[in-house]
Amino acid sequence: MEVFTEYRAQIFEAFWTTIQLTVYSAIGALILGTLLAAMRLSPVPTLNWVGTAYVNVVRNTPLTLIILFCSFGLSQTLGITLVDRNSPTSIDDSNFRLAVLGFTVYTAAFVCETVRSGVNTVPLGQAEAARSLGLTFGQNLRIVLLPQAFRSVIIPLGSVLIALTKNTTIASAIGVAEAALLMKEMIENTAALMTIGIIFAAGFVILTLPTGLFFGWLGKRMAVAR
Amino acid sequence: MSSASVLFDAPGPRARARNRIVTVVTLVIALLVVWVVYSRLQAKGQLDAAKWEPFLTANLWKTYVLPGVEGTLTAAAVSIVLALALGFVLGVGRMSTHAAIRVPSAIFVEFFRAVPVLIMMIFAYFLFAMYDVFPSKQLALAGVITGLTLYNGAVIAEIVRAGVNALPRGQSEAASALGLQWGQTMRAILLPQAITSMLPVLISQLVVVLKDTAIGYQITFLEMVRQGTQVGAAYGNYVPALIVIAVLMIAVNFSLGSFATWLEGRLRRSRRGPAPMHADEPVNQGAFGAGAGGTI
Repeated sequence: MEVFTEYRAQIFEAFWTTIQLTVYSAIGALILGTLLAAMRLSPVPTLNWVGTAYVNVVRNTPLTLIILFCSFGLSQTLGITLVDRNSPTSIDDSNFRLAVLGFTVYTAAFVCETVRSGVNTVPLGQAEAARSLGLTFGQNLRIVLLPQAFRSVIIPLGSVLIALTKNTTIASAIGVAEAALLMKEMIENTAALMTIGIIFAAGFVILTLPTGLFFGWLGKRMAVAR
Repeated sequence: MSSASVLFDAPGPRARARNRIVTVVTLVIALLVVWVVYSRLQAKGQLDAAKWEPFLTANLWKTYVLPGVEGTLTAAAVSIVLALALGFVLGVGRMSTHAAIRVPSAIFVEFFRAVPVLIMMIFAYFLFAMYDVFPSKQLALAGVITGLTLYNGAVIAEIVRAGVNALPRGQSEAASALGLQWGQTMRAILLPQAITSMLPVLISQLVVVLKDTAIGYQITFLEMVRQGTQVGAAYGNYVPALIVIAVLMIAVNFSLGSFATWLEGRLRRSRRGPAPMHADEPVNQGAFGAGAGGTI
């Protein structure tokens, strides 16, 4: 346990970065994913096609490749860094923001598919009733379908969030100082492999287990009674 | 709601006109995006023939890409076989009538679903290095396989459990009525039917395994993405190299995914056997409500 006391501040800082990566990417992915779902459900064939192409491309690409592309491709080759170059922390900030961008792009594909499967659980009569009241597709989606769909996919969305939390470890590939990077560093600097393994595994169990419990509870509570 | 067409009426004249406008706007935006990407790549010289020509030489493929493909396929093949074995043991174990088997299986499954694959890979890699379990050339491969097997084994265990639980109760009741024991019922009645309905999900899981071999990048495993960055470093063409690797990966994974969807449709149409599980939806019925699903 000496390792833990010695590195305590750094461990908390690393997991705080993990949480920040998760929260920012989750917000981005929820917005982009919902937009994509709306596109895939819309009556316009071109929008459908764009949404489907996005999901098929992104879902089948390894996340490591997307994250590396953000760093090697966007930042180093094309010069898109998302930061003010003159700020003293520009390199760290740039990597962090590029990682958030990568996670957002990747997770959005899964959010889109989850939301779409939620719309499929809404009974036929709901959409038909909405149409017979004269609601347009946009109104139908906004007022009738999506509110019910979101309530029925809270638990699967929770799973996507948990997967995102675990996926943020991949940001260490481009040097974001989160949990996995610190774990490697600690193993190389100390010999306490077992203790370090337990610390980081426990850290992720502590992050994901309550999230799972919370979304399980919320999903049951918010379920549409039918 | 099974078909999207109930979401909106058949378009009349006004809707058709509106759809045309939306189509044009979408196309304009799409063209704008393509143009921005194109001009930025062009400005940085990423579309120069010199950056792409190396991909026409046998040397690049022999030295870099093919060894990467081999690494990815080896790791994925070994992992999925081991994960299937582990998954079936854990999945059946979790349904056991003995608490002494059921509880440890459940803890094992929930634990390895909660820990990121990368953390397991790093841990296994350094563990094997410390105790000299594998020759140093095989260390990274062993680390990757261990991480992937443990995680996917846990996920497959949940798939197995979901598959068996989805069978009609009459199946196991009839088996008890015939005097079959729990093990016999599982082996002769439940698992054979569950496997059929699980097939589409298991194929989708193969896509996850293939993609996740790339996580081995971080423990220096020689797979496709690492080799892509090696090409980028050697020829100074990171963007083209990563695009080529992505295209290869997407082609294989998309075909596998389409096959899984096709198989699901085929099994759904057939009147024999139970309904198949959805190929592209995560299986979630862990003790804690939401667990990390399989397909991400």
